[in-house]
Formats: sequence, C-alpha cells, structure tokens
Amino acid sequence: MSISIQSIRKTFGAYTALEDISLEVPNGSLTALLGPSGSGKTTLLRIVAGLDFADPGPGRIAFHDEDVSEISARKRGVGFVFQHYALFQHMTVAQNIAFGLSVLPAAQRPQKSEIRDRVLELLKLVRLEGLDKRRPHELSGGQRQRVALARALAIRPKVLLLDEPFGALDAQVRKDLRRWLRQFHDEIGLTTLFVTHDQEEALELSDQVVVMRNARIEQVGKPQNVYDHPRSPFVYEFLGNVNKLHEGKNVRYLRPHEIEVLFAAECNPATDLLARVHHLFSAGPIATLTVKLTDGQFLDVELSRKYLDELSLSIGDEVAVRLAEVTD
Amino acid sequence: MSKRRVIPGFGLSMGFTITYLSLIILIPLAALFLKAARLGAAEWWEILTSPRLIAAAKLTFGASAAAAAVSTVFGLLVTWVLVRYRFPGRRLLDAMVDLPFALPTAVAGITLTAIYAPNGWIGQYLEQWGIQAAYSPLGVFIALTFIGFPFVVRTLQPVMEDFGSEYEEAAATLGAGRWTIFWRVIFPMFIPALVTGFTLAFARAIGEYGSVIFISGNLPMQTEILPLLVVSKLEQFQYEAAAVIAAGMLIVSFVLLFFINLLQRRLNWQNR
Amino acid sequence: MPHRSVTTESPWVRRLLIAAAFVVLSLFLLLPLAAVFAEAFRKGWEVFLASLHEEAAFSAIKLTLIAAGISVPLNTLFGVSAAWLVTKFRFRGRSLLLSLIDLPFAVSPVIAGLVWVLLFGAKGWFGPWLADHDIKIIFALPGIVIATVFVTFPFVARELIPLMETQGSDQEEAAVILGARGWQIFFRVTLPNIKWGLLYGVLLCNARAMGEFGAVSVVSGHIRGETNTLPLHIEVLYNEYQFSAAFACATLLAFLALVTLGMKTAVEQLTGHQSSNHK
Repeated sequence: MSISIQSIRKTFGAYTALEDISLEVPNGSLTALLGPSGSGKTTLLRIVAGLDFADPGPGRIAFHDEDVSEISARKRGVGFVFQHYALFQHMTVAQNIAFGLSVLPAAQRPQKSEIRDRVLELLKLVRLEGLDKRRPHELSGGQRQRVALARALAIRPKVLLLDEPFGALDAQVRKDLRRWLRQFHDEIGLTTLFVTHDQEEALELSDQVVVMRNARIEQVGKPQNVYDHPRSPFVYEFLGNVNKLHEGKNVRYLRPHEIEVLFAAECNPATDLLARVHHLFSAGPIATLTVKLTDGQFLDVELSRKYLDELSLSIGDEVAVRLAEVTD
Repeated sequence: MSKRRVIPGFGLSMGFTITYLSLIILIPLAALFLKAARLGAAEWWEILTSPRLIAAAKLTFGASAAAAAVSTVFGLLVTWVLVRYRFPGRRLLDAMVDLPFALPTAVAGITLTAIYAPNGWIGQYLEQWGIQAAYSPLGVFIALTFIGFPFVVRTLQPVMEDFGSEYEEAAATLGAGRWTIFWRVIFPMFIPALVTGFTLAFARAIGEYGSVIFISGNLPMQTEILPLLVVSKLEQFQYEAAAVIAAGMLIVSFVLLFFINLLQRRLNWQNR
Repeated sequence: MPHRSVTTESPWVRRLLIAAAFVVLSLFLLLPLAAVFAEAFRKGWEVFLASLHEEAAFSAIKLTLIAAGISVPLNTLFGVSAAWLVTKFRFRGRSLLLSLIDLPFAVSPVIAGLVWVLLFGAKGWFGPWLADHDIKIIFALPGIVIATVFVTFPFVARELIPLMETQGSDQEEAAVILGARGWQIFFRVTLPNIKWGLLYGVLLCNARAMGEFGAVSVVSGHIRGETNTLPLHIEVLYNEYQFSAAFACATLLAFLALVTLGMKTAVEQLTGHQSSNHK
C-alpha cells in the first residue's frame, strides 16, 4: 500500500521540526529517510504512525488514497519497530508476537490455536524458530530486532515503519541484518519506510532515498541517482566522502574516485593540476591518496591498489591530477 | 482545540489526580491559611513574638540545625563506607540506614527515652559525667539526629555511586596525594548533595513530633518544640493561634522545599 | 613493594572507617531497635503476652488496621494515577504538580492533623453543620482516616514516578500501535513493569499509615478503646508508666518496620534498582 504524505508541518513551540513535507512512498518500496540528527526524520515517521500529530492545517497522510490523518494509532494498522525495540520485557517472545492479536475485542480475536499458528509462522519467517519461550533479555540484539519485526507484522499491517532499525547493533551484526532485511522485504513486499542517519545503510538497502535536513526534504530519488547527482552541497557532503575544491569564488565538489592520478610527466596543463603526495593508505583493493596542490589545497583520491602499485609513489613525489569533467 | 495524545488516560488521570490532590492537600492547607489570616497583623505579631513561642522556635530550629549537621557528618562517613568499600555485612548496614524511616516515630520516641533516661543503657553513663540527655534540649537533639540521618545517606548515595574514579585518577596523575584528592576533588563534588541532605533532614526535623515529645520532657520555655506548642494551643481551643504558628512553620518548610528543588535540579544537571 | 591504589585508602584507614560506620550505626540505630525488644520482655513472656491480650490493645490494633486499610488503597490509586499523568504526558503545570505531590513531606504531622480540626472540628468551618447533622469526623474514625491519608499521601507516587520516568513510554506506544486499549495497556504492559516498585511503595505507605502518630494524635481525641490507634495506645500506656506493656505493643510496630525494610532489600535485589523514596 503506498504512503502519501502531503504538506505536513510540525512545530514544538518555537522549534520547527517539519516544514511543509510532501512525499510519495510507492507501493511495495523500501524507502529510507536519511538525515543527520535533528533533521526531523523520526518525527515524520512518528506522524505517519500516528504517534505524533502534524500541526492543524492542510497536511494529510494517506495510505493508498485512504486518508488516515484522523485515524488513531491504535486503529491505523501500521507495523512499527522502535529503535530500542520496546519489547515487553515480562512476556515471552511468543507472547510479544501474539500481543496485537490477543488485545483484539473478543468478537474479532482469533482462536487461541490460530494465534499460536500465526506466531509460529512469524517466528519461522524471521528465522527464530524454537525461541518462542525465551524472554527478551535472553536474546541478542539482532534477535530482539527480529522479534520486534515479527510482533509488528502479526497484525498484518498496511505499511511497515522502522525507526533506526540497526541503530542499537554492533557493526558486524548490522551488516548481516541489513542484507537479511533487504531479502526479507523482497519476500513479503510490504511498503516499508525506515529512518537512518547512516548514508551507507540508506544507499545499500533502499529503493528510494529521502535526504532530510533542518525540517525539510533536500532530495528524493533512487540511491544511485542521489549519489551521482546530488542536488545540493549538503547532499554531496552527507552521502559519502567529498573533496571541496575552491576555484576562485566557486566551490567544486568532487568524489575521491572522480579524480585520476598520473605521473607528473604526463601532465596536460589544460586539464590537469600538479600536486605532491602527502599521505598514502591502502587496505584492501581500494587505496586512498592525499595530495597537496600547488596552491596548498588538499584532495583525497581513491584509486585501485593495483594502479597505485604501478605508479609506485612515495610521499613527497610530484604527480598530476586529472579531475572528472563536470557533467551537469 | 484540545491536543491529541497517543497514550490513553490523560483526562481520567488528570481529573482524578487534581481532584484528590485538591481535596486532601490543597483545600485543607488553604483553610489553615484562611484561618490564620482572620487575625490581624497585630495579633500575628503578638503570637509570633510571645516568649514561649520564641523559646520553642529557638529550640526547634537550633536542635534541628545541630541534628542535621551531625547527621551530615555521620552520613558522609557511612555513605562513603557503603559505596566505596566491600566488606561482610555491607547489605545489612545499608538496610539498617532506613530504620528511622520505617520505625514509627512514637516507637522511636519511647525507645530513645528508655536508652537515654538517667537509668537507661546510655543515660546512666552520661549521668555519671553530669550530662542529662533525656528531658533536656540534648534529648531533642538526639531524637532529631535519629530521624534525619537517613536523608543524608540516601541523598548522597546515588551521587557517590555515579561518581566515576576517572576524576581521582586524573588528579593522581597530576601528582595529588590521597588526602588532597579527597578535599580538593571529591568533596567539592559532593557539596550540593550534602547541602540537599542537610536541608531535607533539617526540614523533617522542624516538623517532627512523635519521636521528640517523649524524650524532651515538654517543659514550656525549656524543652517545648514548635509542633508541641501547636498541639497545646489546639488543646486550649485557641484555633487561630495554632493556625498562625502552623502557617509560620509551613512557610519556612515551603521555602526549604523550594530550595531543595533548586538544588535537586542542579544535582540532576551535574549528574547528566 | 605493594603498590598503593590512587583511588582508595590504605587498608588501615579503610578498616578504621568501616569500624567507625559500624559503631555509629549500631549505637545510633541498632541500639534503639534492640531496646524496644529488651524493654518489652523485661518482665518476661507472661507480661508481654498479657499486654497484647488486652481489650484496649485489640481495639487499637483493629482501628490501626481499618485506618491503614482505607488510606493505603486510596493513596495507591492516587499514586498510580499521578504517576501515569506526569510520566506519560507532558502538559503545562506539570512541574508545579510534581512539587505539589511532594508538599505533604514538608508538612509537620501535627499540622496534617490540625488542618482537619480547622475544617471539621467543633469550632471549624464545617463544625456546626456537621453537629446539626450528627456527623462526627474529628475524634472519630473518619478523622483518623483522613489524617492518615494526608500524611501518607505521596509515598506510592514518589516511588512510581522516577521508576516510570526511566522506563519511558516506548512499550506503551508499542502497545497502542498493536491495537491495545487503555486498561489493556495498563494491566498488561505497564503494571507488570512497575509491580515491584508499586509493591514497595504500598508497603512503605502502609508502614507509615500504621505507625503515624502526630497527625492521628491531634484528630483522635484519645478515647481509649474507641479512637486510639496502636501508636496512640502505646503513648497512653507509656504515660501511665506501664512501660512493659507500651514496649510490648511497640514490638508489633517495630516488627512491621523490619518486615518493610526486609521487603525493600528484597525488592531492590529483584529489580536491581536503588529505591528512590527517601522521605
């Protein structure tokens, strides 16, 4: 089910958390809300869930053309995974997952056996078979997160919302879960919106990235597009490493891999700049080289280690750098 | 437009809380101030400057301050030992600290009297030194120290527990000795908590009644405390006078409470 | 050569301080407790049991139980309601409300009794009206109950508020999103999380309710066998120089205090939290 966000504003006293936000989340997509802390992304997610309310005005939230702005969080039918999971500590994994079904009014509540089947089915889906009798404190961070996910899915939500889904996990677990979540999303095909401050996570995982800053949306698009064609210096800097090259009054933004390094002898004065090697670092197939231009500016360059070995540079050597052409 | 809330129960809990608070606390206290306000300034002055009241006030505030001060010193010692050291019996010691909270004041009153009376366990030895503990201002002080002691420990304890050893280590790497570290680094950080504990113990002592009246002897002008004076005015059906003294005590307490709140905010800020 | 740690004292100083703490606490706290039991049994078991087997003692115990039995549930209800209000919602006047909840701590027990006399006593605001309608509040059970309610007012709330504040509202919000209704959230999510803190708050409130002396003394009128609670009964016995009997009754309250402290220690170990109720 698609999510349509139209003209949402949110203020806390004098502080503006969201400034006229409009956004379409296509049906079945995995969309990332990416931004630094304080950019308003979590507030937006909570408003979609019904946990916060937009300021009165023209703003509205719709799920597949149905306006849900006035529907309470209790009846909105969203799945929400909290940053710290908010699992019920005193309940078993199975009781946690069954909670949404067991609080239904008697008339709508499934039979006990049906609930049990659904719990087992969900445990299988999130690959936690056999852990149904554990309590949250007996689980690892990654397992807790998947319990929270199963609990959210138990009520067959229309959309799935995740607040910093990997925020509380170790680096290695993050990587594994990220890959798993992508596969999982492709399997169940539920429209998913998640919040993250990690650009790598957003780019690698999502179908659509929404970059937010200071209560506004900076840019929306496919990860590749947003990365390759940032619309503003902020997006440029926020999505990965970038060199800022001052050319007179202008500033030119260049990704480290958009710079080529040549022997000084091959320097073409029309397109290239002369520089000296300032620092060298290589681990894995990609090496990073810092060069100092003749005017004193520094540039970071990424190049393959193989190529770096061919150049056989050492610190202080003179080189030529060729900058990628401006495409847009 | 009423603000929408996600978690239910705002109206119900607000309604019940405010109604109950008003009925039990606010309206009765307001009635007390209204009663006191029926008297004119001249009568207030007369009541508040009567020699008997001044003697009671001196004893109450003096003994409370002295008791709170001694509680603070002992409290610092006991808290330090409880937080910093591990030894057999520590949990028991920790649990014992709360005894004055849990022991009814009347029980504390009669037992302290039994101990410090001239023929009591401790009183008989004090008697040999010519010190009369029970039925004297000293007795009031002893009872109030007993009552106030836990406030200091329980205020200081969380602060001391959160106090990381990195400050001491930093000071030590800069060449400070243990004694210098304590007085120049550790102690200053505990001052807000100590002041809060002192004030809490002091505020509690001012209003204390049950534990004091048995040991004090209750002689007007000598060992009579303010709460007892309120009771005796009441027994003489001098409701207005009782209300005036009570109102005065309440104002002092509220000022202290306000001061404690300020300190507590500072403490919270410091611990963040 | 053994290294001396920079963050602790020498073993000698340490032992001295621990010993000093033990001496202070023993002299100061343990001795009075021991004295209660010693005095109670000074004249032997027979006198001890006889003092408790007395009509006046029975009625005092009964009255104490009734007063606590009414005031503790009331204040528990209030404590839960107030804690829910100030920890789950943000609203104007919230910090004022927090201060007002603490207010009774700053009020002398004597004043807590006095306010009711001023309202309902013979010369009080409602005194004549009550007399006309033949309703007795002061020098009767209702007065004892309301005085006890006043004095024990903040205990449950003070225990729950910091606890619920640290727990946050995530679990309640999760329950809302999963479709739970108000009471379902409270009973199935919140209550299991706060049960130990709540239990300790109730115990503390109860200990204070059963042991309250000053406030109850002002409103009771000391009518033997009728309006004497256990602490008041102890006072009467003491003033009549029936020391062993007074201390025999005092052992009941001292025992209650010990049980309360024991429960507190147990609850702290169960929850791994230091109690915050220091008043």
